[in-house]
Amino acid sequence: MYDVAIIGAGVTGSAIARELSRYQANICVIDREEDVCGGTSKANSAIIHAGFDAAPGSLKARLNVRGNQMMDALAKELDIPFLRNGSLVTCTKDQDRSGLEALLEKGKKNGVPDLRILERGELLTLEPNLGDDVVCALYAPTGGIVCPFHMTMAFAENACVNGVSFFLNTKVTSIRKEDAGYAIETTHTDTGAAETFRAKAVVNAAGVYADTLNNMVSSRKIHITARKGEYCLLDKDAGTHVSHTIFQLPSKMGKGVLVTPTVHGNLLVGPTAVDVENKEAVNTTQDGLDTLSRTASLSVKNLPMRQVITSFAGLRAHEDGDDFVIGEAPDAKGFINAAGIESPGLSSAPAIGETVAELVRGLLSLSEKPDFVAERRGILRPETLSMEERNRLIRENPAYGNIICRCEMITEGEILDAIHRPLGARSLDGVKRRTRAGMGRCQAGFCSPRTMEILEREVPMRIYDITKNGVGSNIVVGVNKEL
Amino acid sequence: MKQYDLVIVGGGPAGLAAAVSAKDSGIDSILIIERDKELGGILNQCIHNGFGLHTFKEELTGPEYASRFISQAAERGIAYKLNTMVMDISPEKKVTAMNREDGMFEIEAKAVILAMGCRERSRGALNIPGYRPAGIYSAGTAQRLVNMEGYMPGREVVILGSGDIGLIMARRMTLEGAKVKVVAELMPYSGGLKRNIVQCLDDFDIPLKLSHTVVDIEGKERVEAVTIAEVGCDRRPIPGTEERYTCDTLLLSCGLIPENELSKSAGVSINPVTSGPVVNDSLETNISGIFACGNVLHVHDLVDYVSQEAAAAGKNAAAYIKNGAPAETKTVEIHPVDGVRYTVPKYIRPAEMDDHLTVRFRVGEVYKNRCIAVYFDDTLISRRKRPVMAPGEMEQVILSKAKLSEFPDLGKITIRIEEGE
Repeated sequence: MYDVAIIGAGVTGSAIARELSRYQANICVIDREEDVCGGTSKANSAIIHAGFDAAPGSLKARLNVRGNQMMDALAKELDIPFLRNGSLVTCTKDQDRSGLEALLEKGKKNGVPDLRILERGELLTLEPNLGDDVVCALYAPTGGIVCPFHMTMAFAENACVNGVSFFLNTKVTSIRKEDAGYAIETTHTDTGAAETFRAKAVVNAAGVYADTLNNMVSSRKIHITARKGEYCLLDKDAGTHVSHTIFQLPSKMGKGVLVTPTVHGNLLVGPTAVDVENKEAVNTTQDGLDTLSRTASLSVKNLPMRQVITSFAGLRAHEDGDDFVIGEAPDAKGFINAAGIESPGLSSAPAIGETVAELVRGLLSLSEKPDFVAERRGILRPETLSMEERNRLIRENPAYGNIICRCEMITEGEILDAIHRPLGARSLDGVKRRTRAGMGRCQAGFCSPRTMEILEREVPMRIYDITKNGVGSNIVVGVNKEL
Repeated sequence: MKQYDLVIVGGGPAGLAAAVSAKDSGIDSILIIERDKELGGILNQCIHNGFGLHTFKEELTGPEYASRFISQAAERGIAYKLNTMVMDISPEKKVTAMNREDGMFEIEAKAVILAMGCRERSRGALNIPGYRPAGIYSAGTAQRLVNMEGYMPGREVVILGSGDIGLIMARRMTLEGAKVKVVAELMPYSGGLKRNIVQCLDDFDIPLKLSHTVVDIEGKERVEAVTIAEVGCDRRPIPGTEERYTCDTLLLSCGLIPENELSKSAGVSINPVTSGPVVNDSLETNISGIFACGNVLHVHDLVDYVSQEAAAAGKNAAAYIKNGAPAETKTVEIHPVDGVRYTVPKYIRPAEMDDHLTVRFRVGEVYKNRCIAVYFDDTLISRRKRPVMAPGEMEQVILSKAKLSEFPDLGKITIRIEEGE
């Protein structure tokens, strides 16, 4: 019997797990994917929003601003790549600048510090590539960018080190109330084996499926729509085209798209916003990709869209009430929702973790763990070292002298670290999200056979069982002439 | 810091031929740096035959062709480092490299030859919409898996792009037991050699659909189907022409891109048409003492031409090492127009060039019964009839120093495709 079962190993579930791991409790995290960060958390804008966008008084507003404030300390403690690059909301000559002023007022009410409106002249010194029609912009110096994979993995790894058990490839099929808590029926996505988890409290952090889980135990129904967002990622050669995160003032034409550098030095353009029926529809579309380049050019000129290296789509978990749904379901004691976590979900994750952990602590009267390990170190990046330090490292471990991914210059040492650390990588995407091997301009054409060799040897696993990202996504299907 | 007269970056066909030629031109202090575990480069995975018809007058497989040059390098005692990645080249020709044994180290070179080859255009760069499942490979990655590791990446295959590697892999996958359903090509002509169309597709009844592209990829975990559609003159899909193919694999053979990350770090100017360095008649880049050859310079159709070009680069680098940079001299630009997409080299120095200089280029579309014409300023110098010219095959003209000397005030050379006899 677990004290707490958290369903969903995205950034929300992982942040909650990490905060709860401060307490003496038996905790598990259950996720259907083969790795943490397998759903919405892996495909989003990678932004830590300043917090001016959400309606004052909403959970989104409060938790965004609080999450943003927490990021500096958290990035240091958990070794998360994070940069406060500042954000701009651009207003063009065809738009009503009162919209920008309204945003400024909203931001002030939400407690966002240092907001101000800049005129074109000053803007161009900040961002010379702003579109010709941009006349002014709301500047939020506290806006930032983060690596969502590393952020999620940092929470999850730290939770794991502090005793939280993770059950991946485990899909929840039903939840029912029992006398002492909840019984969670699951199926293993690979073997099909059924397993029942019992927990005094359940945290529902199941992303676009959080409504399904809630509605299994509560008559207070919630409804989540999957809202698709498509993105294009550009080559690092284009990574300095802008240095701030450039949003567009929403208009009748839609919310607009953003253009932002990433913490790793690429340029990201997106997202579109289209409601979809199918909660698995993470496909990109011709329309979506066309829309991106057309819309982005309104705020940023000369975007080098020929330098796209990949495109992807993510699904936002949009709840009908247009706010996060956080708290115990009114008619299901011990069932705590962290649902409807769409933008600014990533920015809010640290605060959601804190809030939900506090709720659960009160509910179960948990006491603090004396030996909680607060710090976590990420994968060592040799490129950040001096040549002397690097050579010392290579003498200790020659794998750091062996480049596997030529585009991102990732060494075998980093890949070994990714495989052998807590919740280590077991797939090509697992290695990629932890190390960036395969995330560069050749998109794994060069390194994937080499990474497969390392996974085969180190996990160890059969080459046939190596997948791109979990059950069914196998890379090779057999040996020559034996099909 | 270690010092070499000549550092060659890349131990594939270009790097090897350059090394052999530099050695034969009197340079002893040569180091080849190769990132893979053996010399030979991409030829090692090209186990089909058809290599070396020009160079050796016989038909060799890729590994056999490579082994001839590897032997030549070995006979000459040319030094090389395997499993070693060059991390940086400075404009002063300081080469920073790394491997397991030596760690990160620097080499001072008098001259550098860039011979890093090229990479394949990825699905992302093509911006194909759809899901992102397993089962989408560049043709070269699939070739490595099948030919070097012995693993099949899939059972039922659709190929996008009719580049040579894609055509070769259509045959290879078929021979190894897979079903290749169709090859779709965006352009109205193939990107590969005519002989590969015949031997790899026609002989195996694999349909080639020109002016078609992939418009959707289905399957969340592994590819389940691919939809292709015809494209119009604007290369945009024509609604209503979609055809869906169930398959578990999509191979991409949609163009090769010279790998010039290191060249750029050294300050080498890149030609936007070839994505390779801009070079003069000695295959020297704008950075004095840095030369380029092979697919890093421009993507070749036949390895024989790579070897020829690399031999020239090796000889020229040797002269540079022995004599230093030549004095500033008159430079004439070659202008590619009317169907000629680019030329390598782009600049020639009539006073410095060899007696005969091969200028290579590709054309922008398929031409039948047209001529390649060379003009010195407005004077027609040569006109050569070609029954067929296609973008998939390289063309060449040879410039003669003697002829150039008749034009002391020459402003520009123009190479164009034109009508006529």
